[in-house]
Amino acid sequence: MHPLLSPKAGQKRLLLGNLAIVRGAVEAGVAFVTCYPGTPSSEVPDTFFQLAPETDIYFEYSTNEKVALEVGAGAAASGLRTLVTMKHVGVNVAADPLMTLAYVGVEGGMVILCADDPMLFSSQNEQDNRYYGKLSGLPILEPSSPQEAKDMTVQAFDLSERLKLPVILRTTTRINHSRGPVTFGKLKKPMTQGHFTKDPMKKVVVPAVGRVLHKVLLAKYDQALELANASELNFVDGRGRWGIITNGVSYAYVTDALADLGLKNQVAVLRLGFSHPFPRKAVQQFLRRKEKVLVVEELEPYMEDEVKAAAQEAGLAVAIAGKSARLFSRLYEFDPGMVRDRIAKYFGVKYQAAKPIKTEDMPEVPGRPPNLCPGCPHRSTFFSVKKIAGQDTVYPTDIGCYTLGLLPPLSAADFLLCMGSSISTACGISRATGRKTVGFIGDSTFFHSGITGLVDAVHNRHNVLLVVLDNGTTAMTGHQIHPGVDTKPLGRDNKQIKIEDVVRGVGVEDVHVVQPRNLIKTQEAVQAAMAHEGVSVLISQEVCPLYARRIGTLPKRPVFEVDQSKCKNHRDCLNLLACPAFYVEDQAVMINPDLCIGCAVCGQVCPEHAIRPVKKGA
Amino acid sequence: MTAMRIHITGVGGQGTLLATSLIGEAALLAGVNVNVSEVHGMAQRGGVVESAVTLGDLMSNIVSDGEADVLLGFEPSETLRAASKCSRNTTVITNSHPQAPFTVAIGRGTYPDLASALDKMAGRVEKLISIDADAEAHKAGTILSLNMVLLGALAKHAALPVEPKHLKKAIRDNTKAAFLKVNLKAFDLGYAT
Repeated sequence: MHPLLSPKAGQKRLLLGNLAIVRGAVEAGVAFVTCYPGTPSSEVPDTFFQLAPETDIYFEYSTNEKVALEVGAGAAASGLRTLVTMKHVGVNVAADPLMTLAYVGVEGGMVILCADDPMLFSSQNEQDNRYYGKLSGLPILEPSSPQEAKDMTVQAFDLSERLKLPVILRTTTRINHSRGPVTFGKLKKPMTQGHFTKDPMKKVVVPAVGRVLHKVLLAKYDQALELANASELNFVDGRGRWGIITNGVSYAYVTDALADLGLKNQVAVLRLGFSHPFPRKAVQQFLRRKEKVLVVEELEPYMEDEVKAAAQEAGLAVAIAGKSARLFSRLYEFDPGMVRDRIAKYFGVKYQAAKPIKTEDMPEVPGRPPNLCPGCPHRSTFFSVKKIAGQDTVYPTDIGCYTLGLLPPLSAADFLLCMGSSISTACGISRATGRKTVGFIGDSTFFHSGITGLVDAVHNRHNVLLVVLDNGTTAMTGHQIHPGVDTKPLGRDNKQIKIEDVVRGVGVEDVHVVQPRNLIKTQEAVQAAMAHEGVSVLISQEVCPLYARRIGTLPKRPVFEVDQSKCKNHRDCLNLLACPAFYVEDQAVMINPDLCIGCAVCGQVCPEHAIRPVKKGA
Repeated sequence: MTAMRIHITGVGGQGTLLATSLIGEAALLAGVNVNVSEVHGMAQRGGVVESAVTLGDLMSNIVSDGEADVLLGFEPSETLRAASKCSRNTTVITNSHPQAPFTVAIGRGTYPDLASALDKMAGRVEKLISIDADAEAHKAGTILSLNMVLLGALAKHAALPVEPKHLKKAIRDNTKAAFLKVNLKAFDLGYAT
């Protein structure tokens, strides 16, 4: 049995925040789980993918976040407890159904995990999704630890069913990817057979119905506000004339800081875990008789603005501060030392700051940026495309491992916004500059949101080449399946959708399918595509070697070596390909046999044919 | 001691995250409060991997500059990169075996003069223990046991509120049978440094 399915309540385990959320959903009797993976949320769906076959829980990796939320909405409308997971920018994709689902509401409890990424560890922006609460009217719960992540998941389901509204569980990377002791609770048996009750005047949002449902949402909002004001998730630690209002992981930093500063009996802390609707009354209660209050929250001044409004409404003249040049930034994540420092500064407390050792006179450490793996097929495709299409062509890229192609010498990325933007931005750039533009997109991203852009390219006769880097998996987020994957080797029976069929189906006529390890054939295909006026698609097919190794299908190929008697040090292998398996020793290019996977691409790049497979027994 | 902050740094593929979570598991076994933080995702593709463990009377799970009680470095240049986490009270335990970043490996960057840099660092912290963990791991049977060697060294040289027996139990509970013997041997070799 998967350990997270254990019926034994009271046991304590060390859990990643994301696994604590899984356990919470299981305890709450979740019956239906949908997602699109994305760091820092991915371990939640990946764990359901593993454990769902042992249970009656339905799980799917959906095509994108909008689809995930809509599939989930259908299940929740049929009375099933439903969990939908995504990263913060995924909520943008799902925002369209989200806004109206708030009107229509749910029957079974629905929890939407929204994982924010302050500091952009693995994201294109650090937007603060608490504003989605305001925008949609939906309640938001924010845990401060793995234990709370589990407990709040259970509470979020109950709250959702009580209000008949989806509830947003908002986390940040430091909660999703923190690990801490979690005590298990009892399991609730999931109700897995749904029933849809027809009631079109409440569920079909034509304008007349929408007008009524907006009123319904505002009434639910008032009810949620009362619950937030009374919620035990919004609690006060300590007492004193000074106050701190905080949320999420900042609560941990604040608590440690007050202990370090010896301020536990002078500063009261209001931790907001039920942060939308904003519990104005509870906050006003806290503000009364306070001299000054500091708001400690990462990213935007969501709470600070609300706290100031609450004070104004109650006629309280208490000083309130948060974001400012002197105190907290709207940028990046916080850390315990910084929070301690700002608390001391704001309340005028002297303390001994930590003294880092002197490092100015230490040698500079060379950078170690993430890189495409040895033998990564993306590298070969980038090499071939750039060799033919040249340095001047503009290369919009997309979200995935291949975004790492931005680094020299591949330099195969010129523009990026979000999932699916490669093809559509290529259309605009091509039309504006009058040149064929080449977009790169991965297979999972193609299904996520590349198809609609491609339809636009065909219909409006744009002059673009879309290179689909088809490595048969969602590599960057941890090798999840997607609609183009054959899932039989994994023991699943999803229908596989071929990218070539989709591309031809939407009307692309110039279609090329290549194996990128064959440089000559790939370059011939790029040549033909670049000569074609209009939409071309090149599908570059080679399985991700990391994934192949994981599922045991990576072929055993001989590794390569440099024949030093032939090598004339052109260094095309290093200067153009730069596979991490290369290294230089005494001015000679060498290949690390532990890293080489025998893809044979460098052997085709060397003008002296000096790179050859190591002979057996050599 | 009421609290201990451990900062861990290394290179993707060295097993830093497994080592990090094993410290957490051992703390749970020892009944010591523990918080762990990790970075997953894009940052792992051959790049620097940082994690942290706090033990005892703390809620935070990351370590600020100058606040590491222990810095555990899986690669010497990464130990240097994380030097700002240290104060004069820090115990530094580092692997001395370099793993050059790609830019250096292909001759486009300079790897720092480690011996003199680590000497400088040693003079500024409580103590600095440098071991060739790669060599010890090979002695144990495989380079993949590098993380166990460093766990052993941590148990030996840092005043952990967790005993070696707890760490060994955590290793036993979380290692596939085929690797267990090697992993325990690697831990012992690290502990013997």
